[in-house]
Amino acid sequence: MPYWRKYRDYTIKTIVWIFALAALGFLFWILSDLVVKGLPNITLDFITGEYNEYKGINGIAPMIVTTIWIISVTLIVSGLIGVFAAIYLAEYSRPGPIVRFIRFALDNLAGIPSIIYGLFGYVFFKNMMKLGFSILSASLTLTIMVLPFIIGSTENALREVNRLYRDGSLALGATKLHTVMNIILPCAAPRIITTMLLTVGRIAGETAAVYFTAGTVYRYPEGIMSSGRTLSVHIYMLAKETGRRGETYASALLLVIFISLIHFIVNAALRAINAKRI
Amino acid sequence: MNELSGINQNAKSKIIVRGLNTYFNGFHALKDVNIEIPANAITVLIGPSGCGKSTFLKTLNRMNELEPGCRTTGTVILDGIDIFHGIDAVELRKKVGMVFQKPNPFPMSIYDNVAYGPKIHGIRKKTILEKIVEESLRKAALWNEVKDRLKKSAESLSGGQQQRLCIARALAVKPEVLLMDEPTSSLDPVSTEKIEQLCSSLKKEYTIIITTHNIQQAVRISDSAAFFLNGTIIDSGLPEKILRYPKDRRIRSFVSVI
Repeated sequence: MPYWRKYRDYTIKTIVWIFALAALGFLFWILSDLVVKGLPNITLDFITGEYNEYKGINGIAPMIVTTIWIISVTLIVSGLIGVFAAIYLAEYSRPGPIVRFIRFALDNLAGIPSIIYGLFGYVFFKNMMKLGFSILSASLTLTIMVLPFIIGSTENALREVNRLYRDGSLALGATKLHTVMNIILPCAAPRIITTMLLTVGRIAGETAAVYFTAGTVYRYPEGIMSSGRTLSVHIYMLAKETGRRGETYASALLLVIFISLIHFIVNAALRAINAKRI
Repeated sequence: MNELSGINQNAKSKIIVRGLNTYFNGFHALKDVNIEIPANAITVLIGPSGCGKSTFLKTLNRMNELEPGCRTTGTVILDGIDIFHGIDAVELRKKVGMVFQKPNPFPMSIYDNVAYGPKIHGIRKKTILEKIVEESLRKAALWNEVKDRLKKSAESLSGGQQQRLCIARALAVKPEVLLMDEPTSSLDPVSTEKIEQLCSSLKKEYTIIITTHNIQQAVRISDSAAFFLNGTIIDSGLPEKILRYPKDRRIRSFVSVI
């Protein structure tokens, strides 16, 4: 090998290493910043207490409850619509203009910034449908936002189910619906559950779309028509309006831990699924 | 059986095929196929890969219809019923079971695999289901090997056992005809022999149609044979006659290569 080639090889390797380290470094920097400034403020009172800036109580329990509400309602609505849409696309649709249009719409929906979903939810669900600032408004808005991902991922999961199972079931005289419900859906279930978990992470981290539709009220929600403040919105409000660094970092740390935990579970589950397949 | 006239059901013929043509998006896959399938016998469809024998097999339980762009003309009569117009596809597949080239047990227990068919056809009672499962597994010569582990996953079985499980699964819906698409091509010689013996014992109760490209197998097990080439039957009749002493030059060359 000529010496300049070796030299070029080393240079490129070094540059690649530096950039890889930089990327890791930023991640580590952010995480350590969160831990150092946030961890001392995470106490039992902080997690279980209410929040009132005038009374000087700084708990985040209502925000956690609101976040769980929004995650649950969104998962139910988007899960139902998403899985049935994916079944249609994977099992019933025949290639043609309608399917092309649906895919075009889904691809475009996936690329829209979340603040636009927030504005749409504000105008359509809150004002026109008169749902007000509420968990329902936010969940419906988030449903539209996460649907392209759920449909796409579920459709892939359904398509990856071995065709031989499908043929085997149909050849026994099963109807298509029966085959989908009893063979294809159960086989795809682990992948669909993984998809829903990833969606949970995405909902928990979403701020703009929720800010516009669920509002910023920091009390416990009483039902799906209540307005409320999610953890991510709370972080934004704390940072912007109170300047309470400690609580902001503590809330952020909890949110990051929650989302990381979900990703950890998803990765472990996917590894298990892939191992089983091989 | 080469003397055919009209579509009057011959007492011994289970299936009568007349002028059958199948197209896939303009590709002419089956060209004017005519054959009578004898009842309670093994009919072997033989020919090189891509000759249309599997397509023909999948016409008999209308599985071809599930492929996009498939169009069929002609008549297939099963026990006097036109299978394209006189019967619903789901109903037909109950009468005409199928075993695939690659064993395809569902990813569930051995018991659930066999019980799947009866369940979808409305049998709910546990005692009846258990009886059907045992009966079907016995018929498929698998009962003694799996009776102690019916709740175990079907995927834990060997390839040959899986294929016999698939036969049991097909038998559980009480079909009259059993279609087998190269059922031994992915199996070792011992498993192949077991399946062949099984077929011979099953023909007392069922009409069996098997595709294969194995001449020896065809001669060993069949009572009747049809040779497919380029989507059409070029000779049919007794296996001895058409495979051991073929008149047709094209069959001779196929037989001599193997």
